Amino acid sequence: MKELLVISGKGGTGKTSIVGAFAVLADSKVLADCDVDAADLHLLLSPTVKTTNEFRAFRQAVLDQSKCIGPGQCSGVSAVCTEVCRFGAVSASGAGLPEIDSVYCEGCGVCARACPHGAISMEEVLSGHWFVSDTAYGPMVHARLGVAQENSGKLVTQVRREARSIAEERGLDYIITDGPPGIGCPVISSMSGVDLALIVTEPTVAGTHDLQRMVELAHHFGVKAAVCINKYDLDEAGAKQVEEYCSREGMKVAGKVPFDEEVVGALVRGVPVLTRGDGDACRAEGKAAQAIRRLWENIEIELADGSLR
Amino acid sequence: MIVSVASGKGGTGKTTVAVNLALALALEGTTSVSLLDCDVEEPNAHLFLHPVLETSEPVTLPVPVVDENRCTGCGICAEVCAFHAVLSLGGRAITFPDLCHGCGGCARFCPEGAISETPRQIGVAETGWVSRAGAPAAATQAIRFVHGRVDIGVALAPPVVKAVRSEAGPASGSANGAVIIDSPPGTSCPVVASVKGSDYCILVTEPTPFGLNDLTLAVDMVRELGVPLGVVINRAGLGDARVAAYCARENIPVLLEIPFDRRLAACYARGGQLVREFPELGNSLRGLWRQICARVGSLPEEAGTVR
Repeated sequence: MKELLVISGKGGTGKTSIVGAFAVLADSKVLADCDVDAADLHLLLSPTVKTTNEFRAFRQAVLDQSKCIGPGQCSGVSAVCTEVCRFGAVSASGAGLPEIDSVYCEGCGVCARACPHGAISMEEVLSGHWFVSDTAYGPMVHARLGVAQENSGKLVTQVRREARSIAEERGLDYIITDGPPGIGCPVISSMSGVDLALIVTEPTVAGTHDLQRMVELAHHFGVKAAVCINKYDLDEAGAKQVEEYCSREGMKVAGKVPFDEEVVGALVRGVPVLTRGDGDACRAEGKAAQAIRRLWENIEIELADGSLR
Repeated sequence: MIVSVASGKGGTGKTTVAVNLALALALEGTTSVSLLDCDVEEPNAHLFLHPVLETSEPVTLPVPVVDENRCTGCGICAEVCAFHAVLSLGGRAITFPDLCHGCGGCARFCPEGAISETPRQIGVAETGWVSRAGAPAAATQAIRFVHGRVDIGVALAPPVVKAVRSEAGPASGSANGAVIIDSPPGTSCPVVASVKGSDYCILVTEPTPFGLNDLTLAVDMVRELGVPLGVVINRAGLGDARVAAYCARENIPVLLEIPFDRRLAACYARGGQLVREFPELGNSLRGLWRQICARVGSLPEEAGTVR
């Protein structure tokens, strides 16, 4: 079993549309949407949710007002909790009782431990949900982080763990993962231990800049990566520069996909940009769909034995 | 006034709106303008503004150091740490600075005083100026520029975002000052750290189902933070009308629609400044700014969400 992560650094380069197409092309796989705070893959694959699971990995500070004696008596002029919190989550105005801002609370528990009156407890929070679903293209694991919640990295880990166990149970060939944007916490959680990270970029100064940071991240964690240049024909000279950069870095360019309004058209219809079918179906397809077919063939070669040239 | 530009979905044009809004106001010359690029994982605003950077400060987090002579292996530090950044193994405390959030709990509660803290660099925050027309920076006609970069491999972006936000400068409190914040994509902690405390939030979206889905998530997040909001629809004409319908249903003002145009896309691709090549967009963005000023000015003190 091989795990493919589709990732980008910069948002909006076309990760999800490409994963949606791979869902059609790959025979035996489970899909995982690890963009847990703005998941979109379900909009292309119309999953039927089989199980909904609560995600509770976070405890936050809650003040029991009946036990709190307020700043004046607590410790000189201020309350201990307001002094020990380093995240600006506990504040008190004047002689009023302290207030805990759940958005800023990182769940460290220092205030609860420091409170001389045991007025603060750490309470488990429902931080989101994760789902195991069926789609027309195979099983899918996805999630939804609650509004303004922390711990996206842990939710990513949960989604990946579940996808892996489904793949093992059913003897599937691939785990295909739609990754989050950026290079931070949820991306790091998505990347550890994958067999290949396909970095989707675009020939813009921002896309190129973000590609470089993503390549550094992949090197940092020792993850093998390849590049797809999406919408390459919007700036062919720029695309050439991306290719040159990749060759300097020893990165394989697994495919180049042209800009095609049909990608947006498919998105509006809520379906992947290509359909499963024989040669006739392929010939009727747009240029982006055809390029993604070739991209997937290259990915399969690279995942099989790393022999893509 | 502090206005954050966020989106939910990545690649909808946050940086385009933030950068060109800053330029449009600076070109007019009546507003003092700061641009804070809070997308510290993938900062891009500098690619379009070419700032002259003057300061570069490391952003650090206090992480524990164990004095092995004093450590008795009692394990309290490991029990205190909510982030698994300290473990107690074989009678001694072992630290994992990568996981540390810098709360200071282990040092505070170690009964032997065996843990001290040392700064660990997790990124940088840089400040500088964007001159008005390529001339040397003249404060009155320039954009104050701040951005941050989280170091490669560091999972914790919010402290770097906060370091960038702390450089907002004098324009934040002044009525004719504009602090424009370019936020990261998504709706979780780094976005919250960017948007929280701003006077208004512009959500940039595109008229596709992805744009709409992520817009609804972003609206929930911004409302939770109590920040009034409006929407800019980028690449209007591509996709469908569901975003506009959603905004109408939710009483969310659509502040501006930027049409899909390959010329705009090409200008963006090579790092160009849209307001210089398409001056009418500058007028639209100044109009957007006046709308926001009017909305923020007319809101009652306690207003949390725009209705």
